[in-house]
Amino acid sequence: MGQKITIEPVTRVEGHGKVTIHLNNEGQIEQTRLHIVEFRGFERFVQGRPYWEMPVLVQRLCGICPVSHHLAAAKATDVIVGAGTGEGLTPTGEKMRRLMHYGQIFQSHSLHFFHLASPDLLFGIDSDPSKRNVIQVALQHRDLAVQGVMMRKYGQEIIKATAGKKIHGTGAIPGGINKHLTEEEREYLIHGDDYMNIDKMISWSQDALEFFKEYHKKNKAVIDSFADFPSSYLSLVRKDGAMDLYHGVLRAVDHEGKKILHDVDYQEYFKYIDEEVKSWSYMKFPYLKEIGKSTGWYSVGPLARMNTVEFIDTPLAQKEFEFFKQYNGGKPSHKPMHAHWARLIEILHSAEKIKQLLSDADLMEGELVVRGNKQLEGVGLIEAPRGTLFHHYKIGEDDMITMANLIVSTTNNNQPMNEAVKQVATRVMTGKKEITEGMMNAVEVAIRAYDPCLSCATHALGKMPLEFEMYDVDNILIERKFKD
Amino acid sequence: MTLKKPSILIIGYGNPGRQDDGAGVLLSEKLEKWIQETGLEQVHTDSNYQLNIEDAASIARHDLVIFADASHEEMDDFRLEPLVASGKTEFTMHAVSPAFVLHLCKEVFNHEPDAYLVHIRGYEWEFMAGMTKRAGENLEKALECVREFILNYLSVRI
Repeated sequence: MGQKITIEPVTRVEGHGKVTIHLNNEGQIEQTRLHIVEFRGFERFVQGRPYWEMPVLVQRLCGICPVSHHLAAAKATDVIVGAGTGEGLTPTGEKMRRLMHYGQIFQSHSLHFFHLASPDLLFGIDSDPSKRNVIQVALQHRDLAVQGVMMRKYGQEIIKATAGKKIHGTGAIPGGINKHLTEEEREYLIHGDDYMNIDKMISWSQDALEFFKEYHKKNKAVIDSFADFPSSYLSLVRKDGAMDLYHGVLRAVDHEGKKILHDVDYQEYFKYIDEEVKSWSYMKFPYLKEIGKSTGWYSVGPLARMNTVEFIDTPLAQKEFEFFKQYNGGKPSHKPMHAHWARLIEILHSAEKIKQLLSDADLMEGELVVRGNKQLEGVGLIEAPRGTLFHHYKIGEDDMITMANLIVSTTNNNQPMNEAVKQVATRVMTGKKEITEGMMNAVEVAIRAYDPCLSCATHALGKMPLEFEMYDVDNILIERKFKD
Repeated sequence: MTLKKPSILIIGYGNPGRQDDGAGVLLSEKLEKWIQETGLEQVHTDSNYQLNIEDAASIARHDLVIFADASHEEMDDFRLEPLVASGKTEFTMHAVSPAFVLHLCKEVFNHEPDAYLVHIRGYEWEFMAGMTKRAGENLEKALECVREFILNYLSVRI
């Protein structure tokens, strides 16, 4: 009997996703799809608003990555006010924004690893679902739980100090930043007590990497062969090939690591990237125009960045990067579970960057804003925690937004997540008579490796239980599982 | 012997860019003004878009915590109720519930403060700043109740 299996919604990701898996009469996978079923239309909503509101307004998109949207919008409006395309700000403006961004990367990656991913690693993908959460991590690995909580808190304190406040932060403005770092804030972030200091954060970042590498040694099958599939990768890189999460040129490499997008200026991203609409999902499917819709898709995010950059310009993270590259034979890693490894290297890199910046006097003094000749169009890109984030605005002579296009990280990862679902479903469900919770979670684990934020991707609010449905070949419901 | 003054934290959460969803945040901001006026230095406020695991570290320093949130629920205007710790996880784990924060605090920091949750009924949730008139009235009632509750809590324990 042919079957259609629905996993809805996917848990421990942000927003509402639904996975359907179609089996044929022989119990083999015929088709898999990750559906994004909510829609909010933010790009239309901002039309008619003045451009200078964008860095604050776009934070309404999502409660998870408002800082990334804040900064991408600020970079797009930098262009509009004639402040250049990411390199024209004052030293204070650029460094304060970078500090904010590294704080965001640090807290977001920490949340993902300790809170969302570690339960799967510590207890197993097919373990008791009631145990796959951070409470159980706290009960059995208390030190790890404390680290996760405090690292997340530290990143939030960086954001508060640079953005001015936690909600609708106003730090980044068109052409620069609106505040310096105070001596009190700097002292707290460098030497804070109760774990809240940068040296402790660097030390814990290293501990987390060691934890992962030890786990990897003992669980190579899970980390190295779970849902692996060849992909192209895209990210910003610094002009000299270094990792740069705040600014750079756009590079894409193919599954062998060969450049297929050659370090282009992102102000012209639309010459190279387009988005396909499919009837079964509100989330679009970006692709490289030169390669085409069917095979031009690419992955973004921590793993993609490890595959595109040539080096990392902080010593501890560089050492880890070299080990990572050596392990993968100098070629791109196509293993979605290596995204956790990559995320931990970026946590360490961000902590090192934060330490460098906190000792920089430009944060405490200097001009905040720069302006030039107004432009009617601007593009802002940033490497958000989940990957490359695009904000593109056009304005009229009256300064009102006439066009907005947002390609968020999760949208860039749309096809890769679909590929990952297909890989896992094929491996764990083919020929099985019963679909277990462990199998469903295996599919979710593959999606979670991308840390998707479906709220951003579709601009929807999402909070709902998990629904699992199984249909026969005639689309008649034969089984439903539900969990909230 | 000198008795230690109890420390209180009010955490409002929600998105003020989504109309009535900002009720919890606004309650927190209004209480902060009241705290400044009354000089209640042991009462603190915080706010964010949503709760997350680091809030367990924040509440671990206090004797009483009051979470404030907007609510879709059918109710008259607002409801203040004791909060019971729960390890139950929700679908979207990028955000957590107040009960989860309380439970995590207990497990990670070995401390469980007295905890309450105030629900403020909201009606509209679109992309707009500013609450509806009805939700604003509910907020004022909740504010009065929470202020009174705090004063009672302090009077009993000082």
